[in-house]
Amino acid sequence: MTAAPILSVNRAQKKFGGLIAVNDVSFDVKQGELLGLIGPNGSGKTTMLNLISGALKPTAGEIALGGKAISGLAAHHIARRGVSRTFQLVRVLPSLDAEGNVMAGAVFGHRRLWGEEARELAHRLLERVGLAGKAHAPVAAMTYIDQKRLELARALASDPRLLLLDEWLAGLNPSELKIGISLIDELRHEGRTIIMVEHVMDAIRTLCDRCVVMSSGVKIAEGGVAETLSDSEVIRAYLGDDDA
Amino acid sequence: MNLTSHEIRIGLAGAAVAALAATLPLFDQGYYLSISVNIMLYAALCTAWTLFSGPTHYISLATAAFFGLGTYSVGLWINHLPYPVLVGIAALVSASLAGLVGAATLRLSGVYFVIFTLGLAELVRQLVTWAQAKFTTRMGLYVFTDMTEEHIYWMLLALTVAVFITGWAINRSRLGFAMQVIGNDETVAKHVGIDTARAKIVLFMVSGAFIGIAGAISAPRYAYIEPPSAFNPMISFLVVIMALLGGTKRLWGPLVGVVPFTIVMDIVSARFPNHTSIVIGLAFLAIVYFIPNGVTGLIEQARAKWQARQTAVGEEKAA
Repeated sequence: MTAAPILSVNRAQKKFGGLIAVNDVSFDVKQGELLGLIGPNGSGKTTMLNLISGALKPTAGEIALGGKAISGLAAHHIARRGVSRTFQLVRVLPSLDAEGNVMAGAVFGHRRLWGEEARELAHRLLERVGLAGKAHAPVAAMTYIDQKRLELARALASDPRLLLLDEWLAGLNPSELKIGISLIDELRHEGRTIIMVEHVMDAIRTLCDRCVVMSSGVKIAEGGVAETLSDSEVIRAYLGDDDA
Repeated sequence: MNLTSHEIRIGLAGAAVAALAATLPLFDQGYYLSISVNIMLYAALCTAWTLFSGPTHYISLATAAFFGLGTYSVGLWINHLPYPVLVGIAALVSASLAGLVGAATLRLSGVYFVIFTLGLAELVRQLVTWAQAKFTTRMGLYVFTDMTEEHIYWMLLALTVAVFITGWAINRSRLGFAMQVIGNDETVAKHVGIDTARAKIVLFMVSGAFIGIAGAISAPRYAYIEPPSAFNPMISFLVVIMALLGGTKRLWGPLVGVVPFTIVMDIVSARFPNHTSIVIGLAFLAIVYFIPNGVTGLIEQARAKWQARQTAVGEEKAA
């Protein structure tokens, strides 16, 4: 069965002056799929994510969400169509409490709830990510994992059609990593469609259905996790020629 | 609408203060009324300014432009249209200008916005001067009404109350929540689906409209209006100084700055009429340098410290 893709990226390109950060990258993400976007540092993964979320506009190529083009739209339009994301360096809203942080996702995004409805959803999601009872805690004083949880809850609050996680597991210690991985695993089982940019290979192996590997701005491999990670070109991109 | 008991209490207290302020012309018709009109004018201007500049942290120096347009809306048509209509026109004209300026500049970062608004106020003043010289032979306009100082005082008081109610309503709305998110992190704001440019433009237009209305209310007080007085750049600067002195985090913050500053300025300009600008300049430096968060900021800091000490003491006792 081939379901229509939720997201299809068709020959996306992003140039910064003479530097081509993303070059002719194409891939599809199916409904309910968890796609890993991996590659060495500087290979253009985060830029690719920024093109999808609208933080950057592609120089060429097309990105479509549910069959409708979103490439070139402003970030807030893309968010309202159902794409939400977390950030590589965690971004919480320090002057709001945890509840307010999550409500921000619910109020303006894909679902646009307001008042009690948004507040109830925020509480449900805080509980969902493991922050029950911390609704009114000052977020600046939270631990790193809690801030990451909060960001995830905010991204989920809009009930996104596509969730983008930009190195959401980075910087967690081993026990936090376990919690993080099982949290994403639960989301996958709920049927969320997710793209995760990640360096933590264990997480990629455990979680992803498929992965896309980028190197120097181009896609060098795509497919099931096990075969992709043993692909000789992928190994060369990560480890250099001698080890391939 | 469901109000919390806290909101009801603040609302009642505010209504009581406004009612008390409204009785002032019954006690004095001379000096105290005159200075109270000044205080009320800057109370309206500074809170309207803070409506936009508080949450966005954009410093607007276009106050004089909106104020002047409001004054001129009355001056140009006072003999042809009823006064309330002119107040409406003043609000519309000022809001339109704010919308144009916002669309052109609010996508840029703060510094450019400050410079642009300062330039804009001057441009509007020069345009009005030029148009008057070209199309009429007079330098100014006469505004004769049967309005007295106390009428103006009451209208400005009503305007200030309206600004507060509007600010409160915005804070409870999606727009207010959006502004809070934008003030925290604009990148996050965009990615949760907030049209940040639109939110800022709408707020700037609301703020500009209120400043325009303040200009329209002040017009009868001048009797004779001409560009140097109606578009006086000093208005823009004074509004910024007083608002910063009071503090812009809360909508009532500027009031704390307006009342003492207007009184001190009145004394200074009476005693040392030639050195007023120097005093204003020094005051500006001192405020920005010593109390960047304003008097209300200082109060909140002190309260936070006091509370921290209280809890520390409480913990020691418990231990």
